[in-house]
Amino acid sequence: MLHGPPAKLEDDHAASRKSKLGLKLFFVYGLIYLGFIIIGVFNPSLMGLRVVWGLNLAIFYGFSLIILAIVMGFLYHLACNRLEDKLNKTEDKL
Amino acid sequence: MIYEVSPIAIMIFFAFVALVLGLSFYFAGKTKLFIVATAGMTSTTYVQFIKGGLLILFSVILTIYILNKGLDKDPSAEHHKYISLKVSYDLSGELKLDENSQYSIQGQASNGDNIFYLLLRNGISNWFHLITLEDELFLDEMLTISTDESGNSLYNGAPKLEKRFYQVGHLSKVFSDGEEVESTGRTNPFSFLTKIEDSEVVRYSKTFFEFGGNTVTGWYPVITSGKDIMKPGLLYKLEGASIWEKLNFVSLMLALFLGTSALPHILIRYYTVPSQRDARKSTIIAITAIGFFYILTLYMGLGAMINGVLDMESSNMSGPLLAKSFGLTLFAVISAVAFATVLGTVSGLIVASSGAIAHDLMDKYFKVKMEDKEKVMAGKISAFGVGIFAILLGILLKGMNVSFLVGLAFAVAASANLPAIIMILFWDKTTSNGVSSSIIVGILSLVILILFSPSMFERYGLSPENAWFPMDNPGIVSIPLSFMTLILISLYSQKNSIGNINKNNAMSR
Repeated sequence: MLHGPPAKLEDDHAASRKSKLGLKLFFVYGLIYLGFIIIGVFNPSLMGLRVVWGLNLAIFYGFSLIILAIVMGFLYHLACNRLEDKLNKTEDKL
Repeated sequence: MIYEVSPIAIMIFFAFVALVLGLSFYFAGKTKLFIVATAGMTSTTYVQFIKGGLLILFSVILTIYILNKGLDKDPSAEHHKYISLKVSYDLSGELKLDENSQYSIQGQASNGDNIFYLLLRNGISNWFHLITLEDELFLDEMLTISTDESGNSLYNGAPKLEKRFYQVGHLSKVFSDGEEVESTGRTNPFSFLTKIEDSEVVRYSKTFFEFGGNTVTGWYPVITSGKDIMKPGLLYKLEGASIWEKLNFVSLMLALFLGTSALPHILIRYYTVPSQRDARKSTIIAITAIGFFYILTLYMGLGAMINGVLDMESSNMSGPLLAKSFGLTLFAVISAVAFATVLGTVSGLIVASSGAIAHDLMDKYFKVKMEDKEKVMAGKISAFGVGIFAILLGILLKGMNVSFLVGLAFAVAASANLPAIIMILFWDKTTSNGVSSSIIVGILSLVILILFSPSMFERYGLSPENAWFPMDNPGIVSIPLSFMTLILISLYSQKNSIGNINKNNAMSR
């Protein structure tokens, strides 16, 4: 009792594909985040390089990481919606 | 630092806190759920949403103020003008002051490479720091707290109430489009950053020395190029850094990355979503709001750095003091919203932990037989217990830099919570023994390493260089250790595989 989410979870045929997609996105983001750490550790002076709009690499990279997280979250949401609609509906028809 | 008490500011503060808490009460009353374990979270999520929204709204307003003001060598009328005296050595090697300066040398002290002079003028003595700038010698005015053996402190040579311990944070040179100017006027979000990068910021470095039986804590100005301000490496040394300093940076980055996904007061919000779709939607809203707020903190931090609102004695007041420099109303409202948001986070954490103690730990793990009413009671008692423990911890760590503590909170989440969550989701051989031992090892190793860290050694009154563990951020050790514990113990206790755990439902929430 009192366990699990309040949602009524039905069989979700999209689960495995969604989780694979999520993992892929996680690794892509992790690699890009790792890039920031690698620059910081191995070539910190590169962080001061002006990139665009007068912003240096550190600020530009940091802002990009934040925006990328939002964009990826949104893309994942859209992809999941499509997968759920497609896979769960076709199963119902069968 | 002593702050003036403004009745209007206090009234606005309490009015706003009352307003926000009133909203909580209204929503909580509407849903009429009693708060134990998982219930009651929906209503508090609405309240969190309102508070978070208000915090972002007022941070945006503050940022607009900062951008509109731009960069100014003279941040405000109240800003103390720090003195820099040109000096030279005479033939006998004694330091000679300019004859018109009205100062006389009272004493001298040094530590390592730094030399300090105590100068007297108009009956008030002040410490100055000797520097060489382009082959010329200067004495820069310092901020000092001098404590004698009986524990009495003088702030810049006077009692605290005389308010001679000024706020700091200004620009020594302002450049706008390649030209040196007094002030830039209004800036936009990009040009603000560019102009700070072109200018020079005065930071204050902390130092300790002994003088006449007194311990003196001093802060002396260090002119820092905007280029260095705008890239990582000042707080976490990177250029020419030792391996430990670099690992410290990596460790913090790792803890921030992994810790965010395991913060209990964020995870508990997932109880309140009705469907997977809504869970994703609310995650995106949260990422957007948090990301936007992180961007705003960059502007608020830089704004505090250049607007003369930093209090060297307590590094945690820069946000409210920055708001105060733009007016009392903004100060009161931002303080109230921040206070209410803190209450919201704390309440979320307390509900999460009291639910975990009463329901998961006592009921499910130790199998204490309890009626529903008793369970609610146990939850309430543990809420009090957790609250009192948190208050004691807060008092104990008062005055520590909050960014250091936040780093630790993320490290705790990453080492104690994350391995359990990740492995339950992705590794079939995970056992309950593995999970509980990884939580214990994760939190214990982290706490022990923190207690031996440089920051804590400084807190004990010992030299940070002698710390037993050379890093302030222990995540890079404790996170892998916690994962390894989980894997090893799970492999040794395969009888209770994850299938069993799921059957008992003990860990699925």
